[in-house]
Formats: sequence, structure tokens, C-alpha cells
Amino acid sequence: MSVVARTWGGPAGGRVGRRVAPAVAAAVLVLLGVAVVFPGLLAPHPPNDTDVVSAFRPPGGGHPFGTDELGRDVLSRVVYGARPSLAIGLGATALGVLAGLAIGLLAATGPRVVDRALMRGLDVLLAFPELLLALLVVTVVGSGTANVLVAIGIAAVPTYARLVRGQALPVIGSPYAEAAVVLGVRRPVIVLRHVLPNVTGPLLVLATIGTGTAVISGSALSFLGLGTPPPAAEWGSMLSDGREFLATAWWTATFPGLAIVAVVLSVTVLVRSLRSRTPKGAGA
Amino acid sequence: MSVMRRWAVPVVRRLGSGVLVLWGAATVSFLVLHLVPGDVVDTVLGPSTAATPELRERIRADYGLGDPLPVQYLRQLAGLLTGDLGRSYQQGLPVGDVLAGQIGPTVELALAATVLALLIAFVAAVATAGRGRAARAVASGLELLAVSVPSYWLGILAFTFLSYRFRLLPAAGDQGPAALVLPALTLALPIGGVLARVVRQELDEALARPFALTVRARGATERTVLLRHTLRHAALPVATLSGWVVGSLLGGAVLTETVFARPGLGRVLVTAVTSKDIPVVTALVLLSAAAFVVVNLLVDLAYLVIDPRLRTEGAGV
Repeated sequence: MSVVARTWGGPAGGRVGRRVAPAVAAAVLVLLGVAVVFPGLLAPHPPNDTDVVSAFRPPGGGHPFGTDELGRDVLSRVVYGARPSLAIGLGATALGVLAGLAIGLLAATGPRVVDRALMRGLDVLLAFPELLLALLVVTVVGSGTANVLVAIGIAAVPTYARLVRGQALPVIGSPYAEAAVVLGVRRPVIVLRHVLPNVTGPLLVLATIGTGTAVISGSALSFLGLGTPPPAAEWGSMLSDGREFLATAWWTATFPGLAIVAVVLSVTVLVRSLRSRTPKGAGA
Repeated sequence: MSVMRRWAVPVVRRLGSGVLVLWGAATVSFLVLHLVPGDVVDTVLGPSTAATPELRERIRADYGLGDPLPVQYLRQLAGLLTGDLGRSYQQGLPVGDVLAGQIGPTVELALAATVLALLIAFVAAVATAGRGRAARAVASGLELLAVSVPSYWLGILAFTFLSYRFRLLPAAGDQGPAALVLPALTLALPIGGVLARVVRQELDEALARPFALTVRARGATERTVLLRHTLRHAALPVATLSGWVVGSLLGGAVLTETVFARPGLGRVLVTAVTSKDIPVVTALVLLSAAAFVVVNLLVDLAYLVIDPRLRTEGAGV
């Protein structure tokens, strides 16, 4: 994740990258927000209404995205699937960011021994590929939406912790932080008032792109049968269900996949356009 | 400073930190092994068996689960040193034996994907570096798409349409080289997208450097500048990403092998995770960490050979 975020965390270029794409991305994310909060507004049918007679209807008529093997409306399931898919993406990122912030700040401001111990620990965790680390956690805590959220969040902690420490260290050593120490300002206050604001910008960039990556990881674990259990609609498990019928009913697995792509693309495009508006040096 | 010392210090330092990371990984996996709720005996016996207390006790003794934790910890570390990865709860076989039969197809897939990813990256980067806005915008868009699409989904679509609908490629289960094309491509695409972007940025940077100007001034064509001179600069950051590439390959293999119903370590891992076969899971995770450490070590050592500046004692890892 870190590599992807580092490579795409920069500002966007060109007219398409600065004007058109961000507008489309913003529209997608607004739609997504509506789907998460008021899915009933966008979904033409209840997500779990089965109707075997109208199974595998191609897109068109009352079913813009067609119906699946049980006659459930694919569009409605994609809309309702936004909630668990996004819950995993946002929840895992929030967990990773908060834990990473705590560990990173502790390493940067604490005694040298603590810093070295924490960094060595992170080196160990960074040696595990993220998806495998998440699978290891799932083995311990079991499958399910919340557990997958925790697993992906834990797997992301080292990346965030490293970033926070890296951003915090120069601030701690800066003349103004030293001046604050001389003036008798207490350590927690220095961290809150001087270190934290310098860390949040780059952290937000990394976290936003990380949310997209977490959505993909979450759908991957659901696809493997470890995430949101059926019959609840979730993009990854819809992909997994739909692939058996893909040769005859392409729409069942195509639309949930497109939903994932739309979300991940929009998030990255929006961050890049925001980055191209902020002054240089405000990010990682 | 003697030649010996100049080389020995950084090499030993890197070796040492590699060993330290591996020891940490082994410790993490040991802790995880003992964090799992529920009785291991239930996993060994499988569901719905009514085993006598004597049998349960015998299984516990058999897997060495009755000993104090420090003893078990030391035994596991000693086992790892001698290549003993423990015994699978599900199959009752040594984990090494379970993995040995499956490592071939995964290595084959990973190697094919690495070649494809490098090919994608360098071809795309060389074709677009230093070119006009349009070519770069298209390349940039495609790279972003490559990392934003869940590759396993793309694999499913390609597989269904190319193998079933149009019968251009062999179906699942086939073991010929043609059956490797789609899985390798699925695995390679997101990695190739990242690498292409990195290489292109490096090429653009190198093309603007004074040495590129010097080469041009000597009358070299733009192609010579690109292929003979700047490409070397771009190869270095790619080498730095080797560890990440290995991790992505192993993580991606889990999904790719599931999608294409290929045998391999990824499939073994998914089965082990669902059946809580902890020794197999930890062995695989440890194996991937070891691969990461070894690859990074090799890259670091290669850097020492290439770049003499890193050979000074104060240089960080």
C-alpha cells in the first residue's frame, strides 16, 4: 500500500487531471455517500428480494444492472453493498491511522530505547506482505466484516507509523520545538500543538489513498469467503458468487467490480487534484 | 581503512538486521500460534468428533502442547533453524512436506509475472518518457487504472471471455505454458503499473540531467540517450522496490491461484486460514517474510558493489 500511495500521492497534472477527472470523482463519491447513508434512495428493489422466475435477466427494463441467480436486482445489491465495503475501507484505515499515529509519535518523542524497539518491531511487520498479515489476523480472530476490518487495519499500521515518525522527527529537532522546551512548555502540549499539525497533511494523503487500497483488500478477503457472509450484499462476495455464472450472465460479477474500480479511482484522483492546489511542501 | 573492514562492517550490519527481522517474525508467528482461541485438539480432530479425554491428551502430547510456553518457543526456534516447520493440524503431515509439493507452481507463476511486470514497466516507460503531453497522459491514466482495478476481478473477466466464450486460451486445470499467460498477467498488472510509473519518473528526471545533455552534445540520437544512458538510472529505484514486488507477488498469488484454480502455496494458505491450520499459516507467512528479507539483503549487497558511497561505516541500511 505504501508504495502505491507514495507513487500516486503527488499532485495531478494536465487539464484532464486538474479539472474534468476531479469533478467526475467528486460526483462518484457523492453518489457513494448517498448509497451508504440512504441506500433506499438509489436502489430500485430491496437487496435480498429473491424472485427465481426472473433470474439472470440481462440489464434493462426494471433492472438496469440485470438480476442474479436468485433473481435479486444487481443494481440494488451494488448500492447496498457500498456500506460493508466502505465500512471495511474506512474503518481499517481509521484503525491503521490512529494506531500508527500513536506508535509513530511515541517513537519520535519517546526515549531512544523505545524508538529503537518500536522501529525494530515495525521492520518485522513490514517484512510480511500486507495481504498475508491480514490473513494471519483473520486466522486468529475468525472471518466476518468486523474481523476483516481489524485485520486490514492492523496490516496497515506499520506504514502509517513509519510516516508519522518520519514527519515528527524533524519537528522535534527544530529550533521552535526546542524554544518551546526552553520556555517550559510540557511535552504533551508540544506534541499536540507543534508536532501533530505537521504530521496530519501527509498522513491524510496517505490515508485517503490507503482507503482505496483497503477497499480492494477488503473485497479480496470477502472474495476468498472470509469477509461479509452471504446473503448480505458486499462487492467482494458478489464478485465471488457471480463469477460462476459469468460466461452466461456477465453482469452479475461485472458491476460490483466496476463499483470497486470507481471508488478506488475517484479517491486517488481527488487526492491528486487537491494536492495540486495546495502549496509545495505540504505533503509527503 | 583496510579493504576487509570497509566491506565487512556494512555487510555484517545488513546480515545482522536481516537475521533480527527473521527472529522477530518467528516470534510474532509463535505468539499468534498461541493467541488463537479454542482448543487445538478440536482443529486436529475436525468438527463433530467425540474423542475421549485420553485421546485428547495423547494429541496434546503428540504436538508438544503440554510443555511450558518458553520450552515450546525454544523448540520452535530450534526447529526453524533445522528447517522443521512443525506439523499441520489438518493433514497431520510435516508442514515442510505440505508446502514442498506446492511451491513449484507458485514460483513458476511468480517468475512469469515478474518478467511480465518488468516488460510492461520498461516498455511503457521507454515509449512515453520525454514524449508529448498526450502520450504521457494516456500512460499515466493506464498506470492509475492498473493499480485501481482489483486484479483478481480483471482475471475473472479475462478468463471467462478468453477461455470460455472465445476459447482462445486453455481452460482451468490445464498445466501447459499457455495456461500460465492469464494468471501471470493478472498478477503482473498492478505491479507493472507501479513500476512503469516509477521508471518513467526516473527516466524523465535523468533525461533532464547534465549527463544526458553531454551525451546529446556528442551527437548521440535521442534513442541512444534513452536506452544506453538513462535506463540504467531507472533500474536502481526498481531494484529498491524488489522487496515490495516479492510481497505483492506472494499476496497476489493467493487471489490469482484461487481465481484460476491453480495449485500452489496461495491455495494452501486459503485452505489453512479457513480451517485454522495455524502451523501451515505461520509457516507460509514466515516464508514470505524470509523471502522479503533475503531479497532486500541481496539488493542492499548489490548496492554496496555498485555504489561505493554506501560502503562507509556511517551509512544507514
